[in-house]
Amino acid sequence: MTVPSATASDPVQAALDTWQNEPGALLPVLHAVQDSVGYIPREAIAAIADALRLTRAEVSGVISFYHHFRTTPPGRHTVEVCRAEACQAVGARQLEAHAKTRLGLDYHETGADGQFSLEPVYCLGNCACGPSIRIGGAVYGRVSEARFDELLTGLDTRALELR
Amino acid sequence: MTVRVFVPSDTTALAMGADAVARELAALADRRGLDLELVRNGSRGLCWLEPLIEVETTGGRVAYGPVAAADLPALLDAGLLEGAQSHPLCQGLVEQIPYLACQQRLTFARIGVIDPLSIEQYRAHGGFAGLERALPMAPEAIVEEIKTSGLRGRGGAAFPTGIKWDTVRKAGEGQKYIVCNADEGDSGTFADRLVMECDPYMLIEGMTIAGLAVGATRGYIYLRSEYPLAQRNLNIAIERARAAAYLGDSVLGSGRAFHLEVRLGAGAYICGEETSMLESLEGRRGLVRAKPPLPALEGLFGLPTVVNNVLSLAAVPFILDRGAQAYADCGVGRSRGTLPVQLAGNVLRGGLVELAFGVTLRELMEDFGGGTRSGRPLRAVQVGGPLGAYLPAAQWDTPLDYEAFAEVGAVLGHGGVVLFDDTVDMGEQARFSMEFCAVESCGKCTPCRIGSTRGVEVIDRIRAGDRPEANLSLLDELCTTMVDGSLCAMGSMTPIPVQSVMKYFAEDLRPTDNRRR
Ligand SMILES: Cc1cc2nc3c(=O)[nH]c(=O)nc-3n(C[C@H](O)[C@H](O)[C@H](O)COP(=O)(O)O)c2cc1C
Ligand code: SF4
Ligand code: FES
Repeated sequence: MTVPSATASDPVQAALDTWQNEPGALLPVLHAVQDSVGYIPREAIAAIADALRLTRAEVSGVISFYHHFRTTPPGRHTVEVCRAEACQAVGARQLEAHAKTRLGLDYHETGADGQFSLEPVYCLGNCACGPSIRIGGAVYGRVSEARFDELLTGLDTRALELR
Repeated sequence: MTVRVFVPSDTTALAMGADAVARELAALADRRGLDLELVRNGSRGLCWLEPLIEVETTGGRVAYGPVAAADLPALLDAGLLEGAQSHPLCQGLVEQIPYLACQQRLTFARIGVIDPLSIEQYRAHGGFAGLERALPMAPEAIVEEIKTSGLRGRGGAAFPTGIKWDTVRKAGEGQKYIVCNADEGDSGTFADRLVMECDPYMLIEGMTIAGLAVGATRGYIYLRSEYPLAQRNLNIAIERARAAAYLGDSVLGSGRAFHLEVRLGAGAYICGEETSMLESLEGRRGLVRAKPPLPALEGLFGLPTVVNNVLSLAAVPFILDRGAQAYADCGVGRSRGTLPVQLAGNVLRGGLVELAFGVTLRELMEDFGGGTRSGRPLRAVQVGGPLGAYLPAAQWDTPLDYEAFAEVGAVLGHGGVVLFDDTVDMGEQARFSMEFCAVESCGKCTPCRIGSTRGVEVIDRIRAGDRPEANLSLLDELCTTMVDGSLCAMGSMTPIPVQSVMKYFAEDLRPTDNRRR
């Protein structure tokens, strides 16, 4: 191991420095890159492939296989709506439709202003208190349409104040 | 005297506002000069009462829930810190809440009681006693103990755990692995999450015992990326266990090594299938491998590997500590021990219920669940996750028992029970099963990869009134092809929920305007 990840300026190199010699390094590397950059930049693919002695096709294949990895920058806030059965049983379908209208986005889209990304998620493990959503890192339970709007409004104002 | 107040910290408690409650309580204590110690415990799994706060009194822990931050001033005025029972949110002594008192908690005995990250509290509540008993035992004796307990895998396939361990134990001398399947992808399940967030040392202990039993010195926990709090707690617990020599080159000075690491999945349901998970751990796309070879013989990096679900491994410390017979004494027929059931969806009292096998689904949904949250009549129940059947009323008296469920064409799976009231559109649910398979298929076999997409289209045609009879028989044929032609249970079980809708809720598959509303 060379440079400790905390001081390395290049997040891809930092991820590789931490994981390169571990067995099964590819997923941890991709996670580390996405955690620090927000997505997996095109340029990173070649560097990762070289370092792990894989082809670029192999690395791209892994990225596209897993729903969690993205190759474009996310919005400032990622809103994930649970689409799975336990949430469906308490109104997730209506909540999904509401979220799409409210954000003006379909799943996997990011608004032109870069504020929000909308993503589906299949279960957050909060199934006894659905419908569930996650914004940023935080899970919210029993989310009504009104509560959804409230949560978004909170984010909008904070974003405005910050500017 | 300092009063201890417990505010839970699992994902559901947090989703219902537990952090705000903890912050407000600390602020109020400050302002009012109250002498209290705030403990962030795990969750008891009584999800509908979250945040369920508890106050320690000489008579036991008194519970209040669901508590919002705004309720706290009134609760304090009403004597919260003395455990006063007059406030409407008071649930009485927590251990006497019927939902909890009527359970048989073997695996979840400690959950919510302790601070999840405290080794001292874990030990004080019986933790590591199983490991201490296992350390001087011969590997075959440990395996024998698991065999005698009758423990079957809780991840879905219900394969006897002792037999799996024995295969790995006998598979030669070199490097072997213990892989914990913590993918918990099924909708309606959260028991694995509760173990990892609220009692992580139990999983560490179970995996270490598995390592001793089969001669594996390294373990991986393959955790779904949707569970960041479980990741955090596991990592802290592993670090502390290592510092206290419960993990490392010489477990408790025994000279026997066990190392443990958490690896994250990346949002792929199929990676819960064990061979797909091994591919993923090796750094590849999660394509399912053909069996044989069994992972027990050629698993992670081609070496002998135990793959077990979180709950299977979490049952191990109890079995070693209290003896195989104590575990086997619970249950019915070939389903021994307890099943952690998760009540979810449209249910009044959703949460974790650990019971000996044999209770009926109806007892569970009525006595524990209290019926639907909406108050409307219950119409369908999906048991066993997205690949499990939707059960109509006529089947609700089926006892929870692997064989009894198989007899009615259903599965118990990971114990997820999802309730739907009479507003559910079962045609929509059948369509979703196919859609889910289309999104999550690993793509290796055609019936699953293409069949699921065609399945969505055929269901759409049926519902649009486009030659419904012909299309229904096409759907039936498609289901048969998927069952017969799929390599793994993703493709071969997706037809189970669909066919249960065709069989028991056929009216919902009629064209939209003929359907009851
Ligand atoms: C599509 C699919 C998804 C699965 N998901 C999980 C899962 O999330 N967790 C789990 O423990 N087992 C899951 N399984 C079952 C595993 O393949 C395997 O049987 C299990 O992890 C073995 O552990 P056990 O014997 O302790 O149950 C899944 C199987 C299939 C076919
Ligand atoms: S049945 Fe589906 S998920 Fe399973 S191996 Fe075939 S394509 Fe992959
Ligand atoms: S089904 Fe939505 S959180 Fe589990």
